[in-house]
Amino acid sequence: MVELTLPKNSRIRTGKTWPKPEGATNLRKFQIYRWNPDDGENPRVDTYWVDMDSCGPMVLDALIKIKNEIDPTLTFRRSCREGICGSCAMNIDGINTLACIYGMDEIKGDVKIYPLPHMPVIKDLIPDLTHFYAQHASIMPWLETKTQRPEKEWRQSIEDRKKLDGLYECVMCASCSTSCPSYWWNGDRYLGPAALLHAYRWIIDSRDEATGERLDDLEDPFKLYRCHTIMNCAKTCPKGLNPAKAIAEIKKMMVERQL
Amino acid sequence: MAYVTDRKRVEGLGSAKTGTEQHWTMTVTSVALLILTPFFLWIIGGLLGQPHEAVVASLSRPVPALIVGAFLVVGLHHMRLGMQVLIEDYTRGLSRKIGLIATTILCYALAAGGVVALAQIAL
Repeated sequence: MVELTLPKNSRIRTGKTWPKPEGATNLRKFQIYRWNPDDGENPRVDTYWVDMDSCGPMVLDALIKIKNEIDPTLTFRRSCREGICGSCAMNIDGINTLACIYGMDEIKGDVKIYPLPHMPVIKDLIPDLTHFYAQHASIMPWLETKTQRPEKEWRQSIEDRKKLDGLYECVMCASCSTSCPSYWWNGDRYLGPAALLHAYRWIIDSRDEATGERLDDLEDPFKLYRCHTIMNCAKTCPKGLNPAKAIAEIKKMMVERQL
Repeated sequence: MAYVTDRKRVEGLGSAKTGTEQHWTMTVTSVALLILTPFFLWIIGGLLGQPHEAVVASLSRPVPALIVGAFLVVGLHHMRLGMQVLIEDYTRGLSRKIGLIATTILCYALAAGGVVALAQIAL
């Protein structure tokens, strides 16, 4: 449902300004969204100063430094620190991306960090992704076969394997889905770019034998056809993938089997 | 708070098994309008500032009348489908249903009115 203003209890207030580290000469200002479900307060934006001479180049390096040296209550997800796990997806400088592979040299001025947009917040920079994961599960993200299992592996030609390039690399960070206005307004029914990219990954897999069923499941004005080719997904994807193209390919297949 | 699993919430009422037809119709009418719109503008643009007799004479000829009529019908059908998408995007519940009914009535009433007016001029 369209909501153009935040509800009263979600309006962001100015938070605490943490002291500058002593003796530092190369400081950078960070403005970070904070919200604690336990204190009953509105969200706030805290200001931190980080000594860049003793900090790594990525935004995640600065967040870890803040947590280790300034404010241990700052809460965020992180794991692999190299763009593979998708845990540290957040809105940095107005762009949904992975903090671990987003360099601070790409940002002009203050570094502003918020959780992924339009998702329920669990705490600070951690969004609730349970609905997002359930949507992914709903597209049957596995090889579905009817033929008796072969003695060895399911074989695939080099050409057919190449069709999965640009699809299998998705790390399910949710940057694309949470950048999509259609997903903001109708995320309860629209599957969103990430789940649809994964759906196409299995539809186009030459070894999968449930192509028709997969297309049947997506034949819906909301599940698939809420995509209006806005392209925010492709613009924001930190892995450089193009979910909008995958969705367009699904639509083409839908039309092809009717004409 | 309803005790419903996330998977149940995502599955909802299942697939509606529709949507492609509307998508394809939008595509086809878009292509048709891409062809019809320049001709429509050329015909109507040429009639601007012309006396009443010249307008009637022009629209009484079969080809201009056919193009203007086709533009009205295809354009308003395309508009109805586009408005449907817009309403489904931004509204819910009863307002969605009322919006869809009102838009359908408006678009088809305009198309019918346009065709009747064109027929009165042309015949």
